[in-house]
Amino acid sequence: MQDWIGLLPAFPLAGFLLLVLSRGRMPRRSAGLIGAGSVGLSFLLAAAICIEFLSGDGQSFQKTLWVWMQVGSLQPGFSFYLDGLSVVMILIITGVGFLIHLYSTGFMADDPGFARFFSYMNLFVASMLVLVLADNLVLLYLGWEGVGLCSYLLIGFWYDKPANGYAARKAFVVTRVGDTSMAIGLFLLFSQLDTLNIQELMTLAPQQWSSGSGIAVAAAALLLGGAVGKSAQLPLQTWLPDAMAGPTPISALIHAATMVTAGVYLIARTHVLFELAPSVQILVAFIGLATLLMAGFTALMQRDIKRILAYSTISQIGYMFLALGVGAWSAAIFHLMTHAFFKALLFLAAGTVILSLHHEHDIFRMGAMRRRLPVAFFSFVVGSAALTALPFTSGFYSKDEILLAALAHPQYGMLLWSGGVLGAFLTALYSFRLVFVVFFGSDHHADSSHGGEADHNAVVENASPAMFFPLLILGVLSLLGGLIHVPVDAVFAQGAGHEEAHASQLIHTVMILVPVFGVVISWFLYGSKPYEKAGQHMRKRLLESSLGGFLSRFWFSGWGMDTLYQFVFVRPFVALAQVNRRDVVDLLYSWIALAARIGNSAVVMTQTGNLRWYAISLVGGLVLVIGLGVWR
Amino acid sequence: MILLWLILILFLGGALAWASEALDAKLPRVIALLSLLLSLTLVLWLFLSGAADVRSPGGTWWVLDSWAWIPRFGIALTVGADGLSLLMLGLTVFLGLMALGAAWNEITKRTGFFYFNLLWTLAGVVGVFTALDLFLFFFFWEVMLIPMYLIIAIWGHENRAYAAMKFFLFTQVSGLLLLLAILCLAYFHFVQFGHFSFDYFALQNVVLEERFQLWVMLGFFVGFATKLPVFPLHSWLPDAHSQAPTAGSVLLAGVLLKTGAYGLIRFTVPLFPEASATFAPVAMSIAAIGILYCAKLAFAQTDIKRLIAYTSVSHMGFVLLGIYAWNLYGLQGALMTMLAHGLSSAALFMLAGSLQHRFHSRDMDKINGLWAQLPMLSAMALFFSIAAVGMPGLGNFIGEFLSLLGAFQASPTIAAISALGLIFAAVYSLWVIQKVFHGPYKIPERVGLSAIPDDLSGVEILCYALMALGLVWMGMYPQSFLALSSPGLEGLLQAIGAFSGELATVTVNGGAL
Repeated sequence: MQDWIGLLPAFPLAGFLLLVLSRGRMPRRSAGLIGAGSVGLSFLLAAAICIEFLSGDGQSFQKTLWVWMQVGSLQPGFSFYLDGLSVVMILIITGVGFLIHLYSTGFMADDPGFARFFSYMNLFVASMLVLVLADNLVLLYLGWEGVGLCSYLLIGFWYDKPANGYAARKAFVVTRVGDTSMAIGLFLLFSQLDTLNIQELMTLAPQQWSSGSGIAVAAAALLLGGAVGKSAQLPLQTWLPDAMAGPTPISALIHAATMVTAGVYLIARTHVLFELAPSVQILVAFIGLATLLMAGFTALMQRDIKRILAYSTISQIGYMFLALGVGAWSAAIFHLMTHAFFKALLFLAAGTVILSLHHEHDIFRMGAMRRRLPVAFFSFVVGSAALTALPFTSGFYSKDEILLAALAHPQYGMLLWSGGVLGAFLTALYSFRLVFVVFFGSDHHADSSHGGEADHNAVVENASPAMFFPLLILGVLSLLGGLIHVPVDAVFAQGAGHEEAHASQLIHTVMILVPVFGVVISWFLYGSKPYEKAGQHMRKRLLESSLGGFLSRFWFSGWGMDTLYQFVFVRPFVALAQVNRRDVVDLLYSWIALAARIGNSAVVMTQTGNLRWYAISLVGGLVLVIGLGVWR
Repeated sequence: MILLWLILILFLGGALAWASEALDAKLPRVIALLSLLLSLTLVLWLFLSGAADVRSPGGTWWVLDSWAWIPRFGIALTVGADGLSLLMLGLTVFLGLMALGAAWNEITKRTGFFYFNLLWTLAGVVGVFTALDLFLFFFFWEVMLIPMYLIIAIWGHENRAYAAMKFFLFTQVSGLLLLLAILCLAYFHFVQFGHFSFDYFALQNVVLEERFQLWVMLGFFVGFATKLPVFPLHSWLPDAHSQAPTAGSVLLAGVLLKTGAYGLIRFTVPLFPEASATFAPVAMSIAAIGILYCAKLAFAQTDIKRLIAYTSVSHMGFVLLGIYAWNLYGLQGALMTMLAHGLSSAALFMLAGSLQHRFHSRDMDKINGLWAQLPMLSAMALFFSIAAVGMPGLGNFIGEFLSLLGAFQASPTIAAISALGLIFAAVYSLWVIQKVFHGPYKIPERVGLSAIPDDLSGVEILCYALMALGLVWMGMYPQSFLALSSPGLEGLLQAIGAFSGELATVTVNGGAL
């Protein structure tokens, strides 16, 4: 089975080509069949490979399809490398990917760009698989850029709205800033170690560089730049909330389950480099911590159901970075997996809500939806419970591991842990705020602007089997996914020591109670009927106080980062471009031409045809020459 | 002999095309097609029979022929091709066919003379890529210039006279410097060996005093750099491109610019290794400036052809960067960029030409949201824009990646700064897509909204598909190109050695960063 590993990305790639070449003339049924089926085939193959891998001795496996290029000692191939880490990743990508494709056949059923949608989705899955299977950094970069491209295409999928195009471009350009940093990292690694094969790099680097050496720090920091961009961490997180302009299944697949976690994968894959650069590694932890808190606070203030989930994604990836930063590699991957389950579930459920409410995004225009949209309701409850890390859900186990590992950090343990716990509290608060506002309370959809009785009655849950089944599976996985053991121990042999944390009973209790406490607070503020008035009153008072008002606006805007970048980068660039639209360099040549023309007309003016003038100039010249001679 | 035939076919085909106009205005294009197909066959035959026939000091020459011409001054008809030349010849003939495809229906007046100029330009280019006698080289250098001037001046757009004159003056003045430098070199050959020679191999033996070497080298450099073009000698290009007819733009961007890069690789550095090594940091710096500066200029344009023209200059910066890194990575990168940019920019200019043809405007403010109306054209534009962004899997990525990789070994700082060009490329390319193809539908009023223009025709689809396939091939299996050029480039590198000295001090050494 492992020999067929090349087919993993080939199936969706073939799907992409078929869909593109059909030029939108393919009937919807077959387009959907190809789109979802190709990923389904990949999933079956991935499952078979996984079973073979796990039942075997866990040996990693490498297969070269062809040599890509051969220049000097740079010899990257289309070579795939399979170990515990890539097994986990391919299962997530094809498994969750297939469910989302299936869901999309329902969700996108009425969209005129149906085939185009699936072609981009298939290309995305293929690129993502290449990213996680690549055995060298150049091929990884191919996948890395490929997923970025698909993300761009899909965010701007509904292209007739300029705002969507803006969001798409923003996503591409902001992540490209990170990608460029990563590319420079690649150049540095190659110039120092003369290879870009990941396994060779991981063996060579510790041999040639001492821990904390300048080169190691530079290389790790440059790769971190790439990871930060792709995974929407500070300071390059601004693109992800806007990326919600794309169709909701995209948000589930690309901007929750797979692509945005590529940065986590990259750091885990090259963890040896980060261990060689302790200063960068702890920076990863602090970036994660800052991001998870920032995004948590921001999520509290959002009104758009998808933006809440987007900030929550940023925040959860912050947890993964926190784990990476303290060397809890497998905990990060574990959380990556559980997060893929519950966040995909949440997004798909949100998609159902949005579709049923005729593309309404504002949670304060919903309310009391639990009877009208029971499937979405249960999905949301399960997903939010896992996101909040309530006991016995999948998120509980993974977040628990991360927080314990953070606590075990010798230097900053307490700081990182308490930050993480505060983040967990925020998570509970914003997740259940969403649940309570949308599904409890009174129905605001009826009296919203485009409401009216007819519209009100039209709120019917769209839950065709194609959309119901993925929610069901993801729901089960969100609850029970914590029991899955990620087979990555062999990959992170050195990092295992960190996770042997002995935490006191008190710590454990705190970690269980804090999220529960958050849910309760959320209930009082947003959910409970008896306290609805009081909750509203309290919220109002909080928002009207000067500090509260400032904070709410500040948080709502995502901490003003967009405005900052607008002023620091975008506007100066555009202004500069406009000022110099006609290229100052060209002026130089225009002046030369002008000087020639003036000289020409000056000389032309002497040609008057006037005999007296010629005689005068002749005499004048003679006098001048003689005078010069005499004077000398 | 076969190379000479290649050149002669194009010359004769051109003459025949002109003459045939008297019979039928549609005959010239058929004759042009036939002679290009014949040339293509010859080039393919060269590729396939690519055994190392003759070995020479400069590397591996597949074909090398020489006939005496003006023996008194040591001038001979020496033509030769190694992998590098052959790849360039392949690109030239292929893009010649694409240009023909673009002109097929667009050119309606004085067709005979047009195809004459088209084929003569190509003949000049083929000569430039194969001549190994510097006098002969300069002859072809001029041959390719004048027909191109006429193409712009006669079949160009509204401001064609200005653009053509600017193009002519820039190339002519820099060509003059090139000629002076060549004559200097031949003269010093006379001083040292007692007889004149313009032979490429003989001139490599000339030892110049350090002071002279720099100046003579600069003569060559300016001659080629204007053609490439290099910042700040680039300002003829946006005008020439925006005014030229589509076929002219295709040839200019796809082929003529590459003669500059070829000249740098083949002549400037090998003839003046020491002076080039001294000059390398300067050249790499202006490459970096050009990449960023012209990317920024591109972003500000509203004329779509001007925009693409500036992106061309920006991308040629990567070529210059790779060449003056002077290692295998940089050179291969420069070569791949030349090939891939040849296809992608030619395709983009053809797309711009298609817009001009359909809407009689190149103004991006007036043409918006074509995606739903012209899906094929839009999809092609998207594909080639993505290629220009440097998406891995397509040819341009291989070129830029290798150039930067090579440049990083020579100077990490300059390479890192140049890499920022990757971000800018995304900014302007996506802006074009947004403006012209996404968003709400809008076309110039005088065209009339009711008349939905035709999508791509069969010929157009064929051309674009071929170029797209070429880019995918270059991106997915560049080895077939790299392997061809590798012996020649490695030969050059061995003969000259890597640039050391100044550059080596910039290299990062362990822990010092």
